[in-house]
Amino acid sequence: MTSVAVQDPSPVGNPGTAPGAARKRRARSVGSLGGPSTLGLGVALTWFSVLVLIPLSAVIITASGGGWSEFWSIVTSTQTASAIRLTVTQAAVVTLLNVVMGTALAWVLVRDRFWGKRALDVVIDVPFALPTIVAGLVLLSLYGPQSPLGVNVASTRWAVFLALAFVTLPFVVRTTQPVLEALERDAEEAAASLGAGRLTIFRRVILPALAPAIAAGAALSFARGISEYGSLVLLSGNLPNRTEVASVRVVAYLENGNQAAAASVAAILLVVALVVIVGLDLIQRRVARRGA
Amino acid sequence: MARDLSSSAVAREPLGVRIGLRVVTIGYVVMLVGWPTTLVFKNAFGDGLSSVSDALTDPAVTSALQLTATISVIAVLINLVFGVGISLLLVRYEFWGKRVLSTLIDVPLSISPVVVGLALLLVYNGNDGWFGPTLEKLGFQIIFATPGMVMATVFVALPLVIREVVPVLQEIGDDQEQAARSLGASGIQTFRRITLPGIKWALVYGVVLSLASSLGEFGAVKIVSSNVSGETQTATLLVQAKYEGFEQTTAYSVAAVLAFAAMACLVIVSILRPKEQSS
Repeated sequence: MTSVAVQDPSPVGNPGTAPGAARKRRARSVGSLGGPSTLGLGVALTWFSVLVLIPLSAVIITASGGGWSEFWSIVTSTQTASAIRLTVTQAAVVTLLNVVMGTALAWVLVRDRFWGKRALDVVIDVPFALPTIVAGLVLLSLYGPQSPLGVNVASTRWAVFLALAFVTLPFVVRTTQPVLEALERDAEEAAASLGAGRLTIFRRVILPALAPAIAAGAALSFARGISEYGSLVLLSGNLPNRTEVASVRVVAYLENGNQAAAASVAAILLVVALVVIVGLDLIQRRVARRGA
Repeated sequence: MARDLSSSAVAREPLGVRIGLRVVTIGYVVMLVGWPTTLVFKNAFGDGLSSVSDALTDPAVTSALQLTATISVIAVLINLVFGVGISLLLVRYEFWGKRVLSTLIDVPLSISPVVVGLALLLVYNGNDGWFGPTLEKLGFQIIFATPGMVMATVFVALPLVIREVVPVLQEIGDDQEQAARSLGASGIQTFRRITLPGIKWALVYGVVLSLASSLGEFGAVKIVSSNVSGETQTATLLVQAKYEGFEQTTAYSVAAVLAFAAMACLVIVSILRPKEQSS
């Protein structure tokens, strides 16, 4: 405890990242960078800049190269605008579906007990691990032209919906599950003893506790849905104005040698991704503050 | 515990609700993921084992699988070294811009692989890229060659090791590292004897997850690769090319190999995780 008196080394106070014990430890040992660690930081930052920061800035700079009016005319051209609209609506609808099904799945995995639950738990992660091009092929084999069910959604908007639902399945489940596991049942019991019905308990007690986790999962799911490419290549047919999504539009522009237009659509995707990341960070900080 | 006994009556939902939720959720997962995934294996092996082995011994296929393996191993190694380094810096040191860096690290997770490919292309292509022409004059071709494909793969999998290692480093603290150092251990000794054993499992998960992601990378690699069969065509690019070229058995066979590798990674992680939690 003596070390608490040592001055906080971070002038900005660093909210959210170092609650409680971590801060105490940090205050003792974390200080100025020494020789070898400064070198390490330099190397790491150089690598990160060369790999991530400079290329991503290049997207933004190329997109803005022709000025606002050119950017605007590219993203509002019929084909591109309809690709962006399709991407956003499908990602939003799939995210809503994930909020419902993901929460239900998390509930079943935590609160229910049945044979094969562990298998279900593993299968939910399959979309995370499966290569996206394989995911497209996988869906084609059940919902494509040779479907054993006789359902063929290939090259329709349902294909986009299906592919996005597949690749985003784990997000809400995986963010909600640990929170539900850690949830104390005292409040539920208290509510029940006061005469609350199950629906009321779910709505007034469980749901508010899960809300930040569900929101985080939904944000991740939306970001992934917006940016999906691989699983759609074989499945959606990439028909202009009908099943073509934003990522496919970027590739189409590139294949026509129009880098500026590709960068313009990519810049929109990039900004959405950044907004989601910052939003998630805010959600997590708010939750950490409430928990502390 | 007595509390658990008394609460079990309250906490359990009526049987009808439970069965209903069970059926709906399991049905959803089976129809969306379970059944389609098994069909890939069925389609691959549907024409018998010999056609699969024919497909997998095709020189274009073996070279694609080799290229994917090479790129993945290099990418995982790079991400391992930088992941551990950046995690240590983020947890153990204070520096200006740390918060921004730790947020930016997550960018590759929610960014479209297509944007990743385009970003690298804009900077490193040999015609009008920012650095590309200079690098090519010096003899380094990045875009449409292996280095670019490695960079794209590294970019996409970048946060995976870091996200596993950072929480563990935070949790174990640095008391032992301090003790080792005060007893005269060098930085390298401290890392090898104290830090490394502590983050061992986190590193294993990080590596397995990065490997799964690298093996399956498609969108980013597609843009920075010239996609020449036998030279710069990775396994995932080959799946697309073969499927669109009506060589479905080959496409399904290679897809089955990739799916199998992905499943193996999943199973390894799911076996390792509980072990670590109980210890």
